[in-house]
Amino acid sequence: MSGGRVYLDHAATTPVRSDVVDVVAARLRMLGNPSSLHASGREARKSVEESRETVAAVLGARPSEVVFTSGGTEADNLAVKGLFWARRAADPRRNRILASAVEHHAVLDAVQWLVEAEGASVEWLPVDRLGRVDLAALDAALNRDPQTVALVTVMYASNEVGTVQPMAGVVEAARTRGVPVHSDAVQAVGQLPVDFSATGLDAMTVSAHKVGGPMGVGALLVRREVELVPVLHGGGQEREVRSGTLDVAAIAGFAAAVDAATAARAEEAPRLASLRDALLASVLAAVPDAVLNGDAHADGRLPGNVHLSFPGCEGDSLMLLLDARGIECATGSACSAGVPEPSHVLLAMGVDPLLARGSLRFSLGHTSTEGDVEAVAEAIGPVVERARTAGLVNLARVS
Amino acid sequence: MRVLAAMSGGVDSAVAAARCADAGHDVTGVHLALSSNPLSFRSGARGCCTLEDARDARRAADVLAIPFYVWDLAERFRAEVVDDFVAEYAAGRTPNPCLRCNEKIKFTAVLDRARALGFDAVCTGHYARVVEGPAGPELHRAVDPAKDQSYVLGVLTGDQVVQAMFPLGDTLKTDVRAEAAQRGLAVAGKPDSHDICFIADGDTAGFLRHRLGEAPGDIVDEAGRRVGTHDGAYAYTVGQRRGLRLGHPAPDGKPRYVLGISPVERRVTVGPAEALGVDVVVAVAPRWCGDAPAGSIECLAQYRAHGTAVPAVVDVADDAVTARFQSAQHGVAPGQAIVLYDGTRVIGSATIGRTMSAVRA
Repeated sequence: MSGGRVYLDHAATTPVRSDVVDVVAARLRMLGNPSSLHASGREARKSVEESRETVAAVLGARPSEVVFTSGGTEADNLAVKGLFWARRAADPRRNRILASAVEHHAVLDAVQWLVEAEGASVEWLPVDRLGRVDLAALDAALNRDPQTVALVTVMYASNEVGTVQPMAGVVEAARTRGVPVHSDAVQAVGQLPVDFSATGLDAMTVSAHKVGGPMGVGALLVRREVELVPVLHGGGQEREVRSGTLDVAAIAGFAAAVDAATAARAEEAPRLASLRDALLASVLAAVPDAVLNGDAHADGRLPGNVHLSFPGCEGDSLMLLLDARGIECATGSACSAGVPEPSHVLLAMGVDPLLARGSLRFSLGHTSTEGDVEAVAEAIGPVVERARTAGLVNLARVS
Repeated sequence: MRVLAAMSGGVDSAVAAARCADAGHDVTGVHLALSSNPLSFRSGARGCCTLEDARDARRAADVLAIPFYVWDLAERFRAEVVDDFVAEYAAGRTPNPCLRCNEKIKFTAVLDRARALGFDAVCTGHYARVVEGPAGPELHRAVDPAKDQSYVLGVLTGDQVVQAMFPLGDTLKTDVRAEAAQRGLAVAGKPDSHDICFIADGDTAGFLRHRLGEAPGDIVDEAGRRVGTHDGAYAYTVGQRRGLRLGHPAPDGKPRYVLGISPVERRVTVGPAEALGVDVVVAVAPRWCGDAPAGSIECLAQYRAHGTAVPAVVDVADDAVTARFQSAQHGVAPGQAIVLYDGTRVIGSATIGRTMSAVRA
């Protein structure tokens, strides 16, 4: 809690750790472009390379496999477009992209762009009611013609409903056919044990601000032997894959944050899971017909995620009412013009569109407390009751 | 009070919300998304429904430090305002969609939802005043005659006015802009919106043609002689002079005006200005701001948005009113609202159905 606010939107962004603030501030005072050859440049480069080594070490990658980016969206774009272009350049038959139907928009829209602008064809892999990708469908899609698949992309864990994907199965299916796999692991790092090399992934997206680092920095981990066509051209930084002067301070903060989050994970994940379970139980006690979306089993779900649908309610009514009480959460919906639309993730899971509109995501993180859970327990009953009245008013008047 | 401020992204609603917050109310801003495809609506500053307007509204709310949300009312707006607009034109009438939007969207859909969510009132940037009267709050004209919008609010019932706040009614538009600048609102210099927000290029005839298809027919004079042709009678408004594209000048050389539209026969009748004179209006579906008057009343009547109010004697029935003007009026178009005033106070309104000329009757 801060300033009387109950922050339960850690999946959107989580508070920057105070030691990370110090690291970033100290680096901002340093001079030097890491590409410069003089002493100041060398100092900056030393900082970046130490950060790279830290990120690599805690995520099970080699330092040379870390490509720093401006964040998760850029890393997803680089992976999807970069892999597609490189694979198709090597063999023009490779025109198909297999992607789960529940990807983040950074993957979804990058794929869609390739379809519209580059003539790619996409097969959206279906998910089950819990949001898990259908491995049989992946197998079948690969089998149709493995030679023509450019890449497979399946997120590590859902930013919306918290469902953990069967990554081992995805990787095995693709690798036996020689097809590279990318995974957006933005929500997984810090909450699940993530070891890049052990997963067998070819590329994996990571973001700093979801683990207590600054916004505007992240990385794509890419296996050394995987070729990528760059999205950004320029000075040739980051293995010629991602040009642009490196943000030394942000990268240092990223490394410090991912290090801290990973080190704390063994204790933090069970703590979050128990807060999560308490939050879920108290909401269900106050609103018995609320429906949990995603996997109810502990190991199938991110420890910090509670995603619920409230029948008869509009998600934005619920959010407005909770916001007015200082409780901050998300409707978990795509919001381009600020206009809420039913989430593509929930629709892919087969959730009724009307029910999907009445959904809220509470996401816990390193600053969450029992007090936060108690605040929700107290507010949710009256808020849902009120939102239901508003929902009924709307339904009744639609002519 | 907890107040919901409708914020279009323009200067008026931003200052209205600011004043409401200054008055000590707990204000939440809401932008109404009225198009299911915001890009299809008018771009830039002229309309009220674009992505840019949503951003301007959000920025203003941030400056005022009030919560801000976007409410998606596109479906309601299409059903209640756009479809009605098209149907009215198809029936040969000339609707006012702003009135309709105030009645069905802002002070029904939004107000109902706001009430249900625990808000006490809805605040907008309309230029009109709510004045405490002997029988409760009354709706009055704004002090700025050039900006007065009481006409498009004439459809509000007493119950709706009680729950409405119009903080700009006592202020001149120029002062509102100055105040916006003083408050650091970037929309201070944003041009006013005009025309119809859901017609992207301002081409109403083109919009109607797209929706209704071409329905060519004759333009005839009062004697029934063909003097021209048209692509669709729906594109015309009673009292219209421009754009008739008549091949032959009138025998007397005077300009001709649209006198009547018969959509079934696809016929548009034109004639001289004198023939436009209307002495009696029968208007239907009256809505009263407060108790309905009984019998016959003497009042002022305004029959179009940017017209003046003229003296009339009005007979009130349950489902219709009959207004008799002291002198013949020109450009009275079926489908428009006739709003009745007692001085500056709005008594009520009704939709013009039939018009009659005492001279010609």
